[in-house]
This record gives sequence, C-alpha cells and structure tokens, in this order.
Amino acid sequence: MAAAPDISMLTLYEKYRDIIEKGSSPQVNAERQKAVEAFNRLGIPSNKKEAYKYTNLQPWFKPELNPVLTNKGFEGNITEIFKCDVDTIDSHTIFIVNGHYQNGSNGSVLPDGVLVGSFTQLSKEHPKIVETYFGKNAPAQEDGLVALNTMCAVDGVFIYIPKNKVVEQPIQIVNLLSGEEDTLVFQRNLIVAEEGAQARILFCDHTLTSNRFVVNSVTEGFVNPLANVDFYNIQNQHNGTVQFGGYYFNQEAQSVLNANYFTLNTGTTRNNIFMRLNGSHAESHLSGLYLTDKNQHVDNFTFIHHAVPDCQSNELFKGVMDDSSTGAFTGRILVSPDAQRTNAYQSNNNLLLTETAKMNTRPQLEIYADDVKCSHGATVGQLDDNALFYLRARGISKDEALILLMYAFAYEVIEKIKVPALKEQIRELVEKRFRGELDKCDSCIICNQLADKFQELAK
Amino acid sequence: MLKIRNLHAKIDDKEILRGISLDVKPGEIHAIMGPNGSGKSTLAAVLTGNEAFEVSEGSVEFSGKDLLEMAPEDRAREGLFLSFQYPVEIPGVSMTNFMRTAINEQRKYRGLEPLSASEFLKLMRDRKNLVEIDSDLTNRSVNEGFSGGEKKKNEIFQMAMLDPKLAILDETDSGLDIDALRVVANGVNKLRRADNATIVITHYQRLLDYIQPDYVHVLYKGRIVKSAGKELALELEEKGYDWIKKEFEE
Repeated sequence: MAAAPDISMLTLYEKYRDIIEKGSSPQVNAERQKAVEAFNRLGIPSNKKEAYKYTNLQPWFKPELNPVLTNKGFEGNITEIFKCDVDTIDSHTIFIVNGHYQNGSNGSVLPDGVLVGSFTQLSKEHPKIVETYFGKNAPAQEDGLVALNTMCAVDGVFIYIPKNKVVEQPIQIVNLLSGEEDTLVFQRNLIVAEEGAQARILFCDHTLTSNRFVVNSVTEGFVNPLANVDFYNIQNQHNGTVQFGGYYFNQEAQSVLNANYFTLNTGTTRNNIFMRLNGSHAESHLSGLYLTDKNQHVDNFTFIHHAVPDCQSNELFKGVMDDSSTGAFTGRILVSPDAQRTNAYQSNNNLLLTETAKMNTRPQLEIYADDVKCSHGATVGQLDDNALFYLRARGISKDEALILLMYAFAYEVIEKIKVPALKEQIRELVEKRFRGELDKCDSCIICNQLADKFQELAK
Repeated sequence: MLKIRNLHAKIDDKEILRGISLDVKPGEIHAIMGPNGSGKSTLAAVLTGNEAFEVSEGSVEFSGKDLLEMAPEDRAREGLFLSFQYPVEIPGVSMTNFMRTAINEQRKYRGLEPLSASEFLKLMRDRKNLVEIDSDLTNRSVNEGFSGGEKKKNEIFQMAMLDPKLAILDETDSGLDIDALRVVANGVNKLRRADNATIVITHYQRLLDYIQPDYVHVLYKGRIVKSAGKELALELEEKGYDWIKKEFEE
C-alpha cells in the first residue's frame, strides 16, 4: 500500500529550501533533489508498512514543530561549558546541538589526516569523500524517513579515518537537544574508516530542556577492508523525545564492526540498524539493551545482509520493560545466494516486569545459500521467582533483589563494551535506571553538570 | 530460640503439614528425618517464608518474635538461614556482589555500618578457608555451572558468611560424594557454638555420622510421629521407614 505523500514536511522543505541549501555542498544538494522526489512518493511510513508495523511515526512529524535548520550556535565559550563532561572518559569529544556541530568543541589533537567535525563544512572541503560515500548506504529511495533526512538535514558529524590510522582515544559525539518550544531536529552523520583504520566512536544522545523533540537522524558508516570500528550509541533522553535513528553500515573484507545500542531512557525510539557484509571474512557484532517504563516505546529494526561468502554476524538484543511500556524487535538476516559458509547468530531476550508491558519480537531469516550456519532465538519472560526468593532468603530486600536480577539480565550486553571507562559508566547508569534514579537527563552522570551550566547560561 | 506450635500448612488446598510442634534451644542440633513426601522440605520452606505455601493454623516464634508475620528477608536478618535443597543458579549476579549485598543489608537491619571493601574481602577469605571451598567458586556467578557438590558447599559457605542463629540444612547431603559430604559436615561443626542451633533435614542417616544430633525427629504425613536421641537415626538406618509407615498408617 502506498503511503500518502506527506504535505507538511514537503511544505516545510519548500519554505526553508534556501536556508537548507545555502550552506550545503553541491553534491549533498544534488542528493536532496532526488530525495524530494522520493519523499513525495514514500512519505513518512505509517504502521501499515510491514517494517514499521509496531511503530507509527506518522503522527509525530507535524507542521507545528519548530525546525532547527541553521546553527543557532551558543553563547559563551563552549569548551568551558562542556569541560566537565569528559571527566570520566578520556575521549576526543565534540558537541552537536539540535543536529548542528558546535565550533570549538574539539578537545584533543587527532592523528594526521583524521577528520572529525561538521558535516556541512567537511563535506564541502572533501568532495571526493562525499562523492565516494555519501548516500551510498542509506536507502533514500526506499525509506521515507531516510528520504526526509536526505532532503532536510544540513549538519551533523563527519568522521574520516585515513588508511591504517589508529585513533587511540574514543571519539565521543555528544548529541544535545535544547529548545524552548517543540522542536524538530535533523541530523546527518558520515563515518568512514579507510583500509586498516581503527576507531572507537560514541554517540551520546541527551535532552537538556523539557519541551518535546522529534529527531530524524541518519548515520552512514563505511568500514573498509581490515578496518576495525567500535560504535556505541547511548541514548538517555527525556520521555517527550521521539527519535528515529537510522544507522546504515557497510563492511568490506576482513573488517570488524562492533555496534552497541543502549536505550536507557526515551519517549519513542525507532532504530533502523542495517549492516551489509560486503567483503569476505568480515565480522559484525551487534548488540542492544533497552530499558523502558511508563509509556515508553522502543523499536529496534535490524537488518544484516550477508552479501558475500565467509562472513560472520552475531546479534544480541535484550530488553527490560516495566509499567505499560512497549517494544519491538525485528531481526532480519538475509543470506545472498553466493554467501556460502555464512555464520549468523541472533537472539533477543526480554524481561517483562508487569502484565501491561508488551513486546513484539520477530526474527526474519531469508537464506538463499546452502552452506550456512544460522541460528535465532527469542524469549519474552518474567523474573524468576525462585531466584527472587533465594536472594530474599539471604536477607536481601525484595527491591534490592529485583535490581540485582534485572542487572543480571542486562549484564551480558554491558559486558560487550570494550572501553573500560565506558563500561563502568554504563554499569552505573543502568543500575541507577533500575533504581528509578535516572528519569530524566539532568540526573544522569554524563551531563548533570552540563545541564546546570546550561541553565545558568539561560538566565 | 524456635518454638513451633501446631503448625499446619498447605499448597493448592493440599495439606502438607498437619500439626507440627517443635522446640529448638541454643546450642542444639536437631535432625528431622522421614520418608519422601512426609513434609520435611515443606517445613523448611514455610519457616523461611516461601510464599508458595499457605500457613492455615499454628504459630512459630523465633527469638521471641512472630516468625510467620515476617517477610523472608526479615527472617534472614533475624538470623534464620536455609541451606537450599536445590540452590538456584543466578547468571549475572557475582557471588561477591551477592554476599556483600546480603551482609550489608543484614547489618543495616541490625543498625551496623556496612563492611568496607577490605573488611569484606578479609571475611570472604576467612570463611572460604573455614569451609574449604575453592576460591574460584566465589569469582563466578551465583551457582552458575556449579556441580551438585559445589552448590551444596556454596550453601555452607554462605552460612559461614552470614553467621545465622538458626540454620536449616534441607537435604544438604543428597547427591554428595563422600568428600563433599565431609566438607559440608566439617563446615557445620566448625560453625557450631553455644548460642546457635541447627536443624538438619535428611532422608539418610549418613550425614549424621558426621554431624551428631542431640535430637532426632521422624516426620511422617505432616506430623512428627517420633522423637528421640541420636540412636533413633541408627534404628531408622537399620530398619528403614517401613515400620514407621506401618505403625502410623491411618
């Protein structure tokens, strides 16, 4: 069924077209034109579309929202404001506010040739990189949300690691949302790791003000032969946030990608996580942990495409769901006819703490090769009463025992984090979350001081 | 220390305990024996507060307090300990974290400061030596992948850590090889003091070669049908339970 074209977003684009296109590179603007046409055809997907069956984003993209299409910048010295943030993780940190890169947020010196900065700016300065990679992975012609992003997004982060360069420090991108009225944010990110390059990249998504945010963010990632990339997304936004995050990765021969998604708090989150294993002996490790309560909704739609022989993928998503929260997981694995000797493993386990929490999980395996090892498993269950009693019989209160058991359920995903300081921090955050001490962004360790400074600044 | 009076308990409307009375004083070891299905484990479960069982009649007083009114965790904090017949595997919860949480929650209940990390580690070391448990076991998740014998040793280790007033060992000997049995029995004997007590629930007399009880009770069809000194255990070993069954068959 064809979705009705979404007039309001097209109108928005037409209205702000000059502003949107003014600062962008000609190549990016050329893609925009194709995306306008695609979006006109696709619109925002409704839940009548199979892939979006469990999350209807259509009602959220409304004309009343205030779009942030230019870099509003910041008053004061941004490095001063943000300084506190990097205490626990020794990282190269940059800040994005409402989808726009903030100048002066670069902390440390990067190896020669490594680019980490504004997508708008670096895409103009490096047309060759844009030509090779931009729009090559994100399916703007097939998915209305990607088409919308390609049409409207102006800025985001641009990360380029040249051949054989190793970036030792994690690169941390702090994505902040801040506004006075209900805000619509577009963000476009490009990550390229050339042959043999290595990097660890953290995306931390936060909200600083209590108004509603609707976010449409698309990230394209290219992991070239022998490259090794760890990618982490830590989402800790308030309950009035609706975020569509599209992450589209391509991997070439013998590359390794670890991608980890932590949804600690959100309103509605839809992640599209696509990985194409496009060179032999590539390895993809994908994991996710989502913790939901109240009326929150998290939908992870994952698609791993084994396009060539001898690749390996491992996928583990776990969720702990409380109150009336809802969730969905789709694990699509496609093994192309030539992709012999594929190893693909997938599992999705969910812990429902109440009768009213709901989870939909569906593996979708399409296997066209015959020499393939593939497994999938999905569970939806409750806490083990025997374990709960065992802990209580040792003098541990029911509340504390529940936290221990919930944490025990989640730990398998946390253990996959390879940056020790980050692992420690996530452990703490997850525990805080289970204790109900992490309801909103400003109680979070990562940015509590940050929020205070913002408020001071706003006075 | 423990006063059980006319205790009745049921599960799904099926009455399992049908009027049990028992007194346990400090310094004593009681053995409760009986054929399968006589209600031995139910008694342990009811005393520790397993909510699967419903107490329909009777009372239990522990150190002067109404035990049946208390949540399972408060019973433990008052000094009651159950060595489980089937210890639960809890992947993801480390033994260390489990024990530290348990000890500090118990200390909090008694108005004590939490143990510092070094105090706690020292206590772990001491107790590990006392019960001769492999130090490797405490580095793992609670009971995860433990053999039957390791699980039972781990129960005794927890008992040593928590230092209860009254310990109930529910079939701790079942499925143990002779070495593990010795370790378990040694642990219990070493922890024995004039101010604590133990109830050993067992089907076989074997464990009682190592742990000498002051009293032996025979439980049959939810009632204590016979109580005597430790010689009763030997008699049961010799004659089996059939004579009990015959004598008390309704």
